[in-house]
Amino acid sequence: MEAIKQVRGRAVVIPGDEIDTDRIIPARYLKAVTFDGLGEALFYDERYDEAGNPKDHPLNRPERQGASVMVVGAGFGSGSSREHAPQAIKRAGFEAIIGESFAEIFFGNATQIGLVCVTLDPEDLGVLAEWVEANPEGEVEVDLEAREVRFGGRVAPLAIREAAREALVSGRWDPLAELMEAIDEIKNIDATRPGPGKRGGYRSLA
Amino acid sequence: MAGRSLYQKVWDTHEVRRLASGQSQLFIDLHLIHEVTSPQAFGMLRELGLKVAMPHRTFATVDHIVPTDARDEPFADPLAQAMIEELRKNTREHGIELFDVGSGRQGIVHVVGPEQGLTQPGFTIVCGDSHTSTHGAFGAIAFGIGTTQVRDVLATQTVAMPRLKVRRINVNGELKPGVSAKDVILHIIRTLGVKGGQGYAYEYGGAVIDNMTMEERMTVCNMSIEGGARIGYVNPDETTFAFLKGRPYAPAEDEWEEAVAHWRSLASDPDAEYDDVVEIDGSQIAPYVTWGINPGQAISIEENVPDPAKVPAEEAALVEEALDYMKLRPGQPIKGQKIDVAFIGSCTNGRLSDLRQAARVVQAVGDKVAAGVRALVVPGSEQVARQAEAEGLDKVFRDAGFEWRYAGCSMCLAMNPDKLVGDEISISSSNRNFKGRQGSPQGRTLLASPAMVAAAALAGEVVDVREILGVEA
Repeated sequence: MEAIKQVRGRAVVIPGDEIDTDRIIPARYLKAVTFDGLGEALFYDERYDEAGNPKDHPLNRPERQGASVMVVGAGFGSGSSREHAPQAIKRAGFEAIIGESFAEIFFGNATQIGLVCVTLDPEDLGVLAEWVEANPEGEVEVDLEAREVRFGGRVAPLAIREAAREALVSGRWDPLAELMEAIDEIKNIDATRPGPGKRGGYRSLA
Repeated sequence: MAGRSLYQKVWDTHEVRRLASGQSQLFIDLHLIHEVTSPQAFGMLRELGLKVAMPHRTFATVDHIVPTDARDEPFADPLAQAMIEELRKNTREHGIELFDVGSGRQGIVHVVGPEQGLTQPGFTIVCGDSHTSTHGAFGAIAFGIGTTQVRDVLATQTVAMPRLKVRRINVNGELKPGVSAKDVILHIIRTLGVKGGQGYAYEYGGAVIDNMTMEERMTVCNMSIEGGARIGYVNPDETTFAFLKGRPYAPAEDEWEEAVAHWRSLASDPDAEYDDVVEIDGSQIAPYVTWGINPGQAISIEENVPDPAKVPAEEAALVEEALDYMKLRPGQPIKGQKIDVAFIGSCTNGRLSDLRQAARVVQAVGDKVAAGVRALVVPGSEQVARQAEAEGLDKVFRDAGFEWRYAGCSMCLAMNPDKLVGDEISISSSNRNFKGRQGSPQGRTLLASPAMVAAAALAGEVVDVREILGVEA
């Protein structure tokens, strides 16, 4: 698992606050036993009409193809815990999302698959969004080590939960290996804790 | 030393260790899985050559994709059939108990856990579903996780999680007649905002919560996530213990007293310190209806839909977007809004008491579903369906023109054939009014309590259930 210290690329602005995970990936695309092909379904109902014709959506514009940084508003990723949402964003080629705030579960899910989510204060975010709109060829750089977002010669301080930043820059964003190190201790806890339909464990705690 | 909240006590006893990132490695007492968010996790395990570490702590059911009009297999939708087959295969291969269709125990995962007694006070509970917060009603620390975390729990019975702050929400006083638990949580979300709970676990208390039944507490905790809080819970009390006693997976008779003593000790101390405390006056809550595209966009039945010109500037864009999508007029009353579909069900309001309340309204009115309205009642589980049928509730609904269905998530998220068509507008006892949520990209949703949904189904428009029941506002 690689350390993720910087992400750099062209950007696209997805305007609006409270963009929920049903909008990011409509539920009918969850009817699958793998995450394959989710990238194409990203924001499907906002990008295409019911006949499948493309609508005017930032992700459909030719100059935004190949963007790897998404700029969003406040409360991004609210609602469902479906990891399909960050998976779809990642599989569509995005490596980082910059917003005003993120819903809790979405943020955790994204971080665990190495999709960087950082926040800027609303004023800086507004300046960034305007700059991205005006500069489709311009690159935005998210620097987790320097804790800043850089674009067009400007620098804005970014915020991210420290545990997530630490996990990303140290290459430990997928915690499974670290979780498994404690397996003996976990087995002890399992043996002593009560469980559903399991006998024992309550007396020691009472 | 200051007292501790239940959240702190449960966290401390379940923290295996701190990870290098600073997150907690948290032991999970109960893991619930369903067909939509688990197959990829089993796939990852297979790729890594790992086994399920503690299959006795994972339980499965099938809820999201099951058709509710007929149970014959193969299902009409081959993708749905493939998903149920995959869950059967995975649970068989790893020795996990599955409450399958027709077992008598199948249902929405958050209805099944409590009714089987799997959900217990002091447990850490996770599921790949954001409404896992429901189980917090029992004084459990329960939260939704993503599929990669489902993999982590299957492989290690632990997850990496940041410790949250705790906000105590006191709902004081007494609810007025005709006001339900759904109205309480919609009022809380509207008051604190859909992002208000980010970074917090919500602890609900106060006289209104104390006096609630377990099913009502589940409705409140269920929608914590709609207020941005990943976790919501109520301290365990006599109501909790009475609900659990004798359930299949609850502690056995000879262990019961020890279990209860333990559970009592977990409740927040009287002098517990909270990161924030909010006081809500329960007597001021009226029946609620949402008018917009997130659950915080809710008003009482007496209010009018907001006018973007009259709201604070920073809210105007979202209000405008919502009204445009919902095709509602600024300033119009919500009362009298015509509806096309009425849906009673979901993990929020698909339990026996919800169906009883809806049936009571149907009986009080003594009328049929309004012409042109499609009305569905989808019980939350096979057990709920059985109990409702034993009481004759199915007959009350059917006679009035409602469809009586099999158990599942159904039109809450429309992963099965139950969907809105075109820009139909539904009144729904579920939890989300997001754009396209109920299966049509233009479909519109008004969230309300089961009683309000039943009343609207009969009237063909949004009405004040208190007028129908003859109670004073």
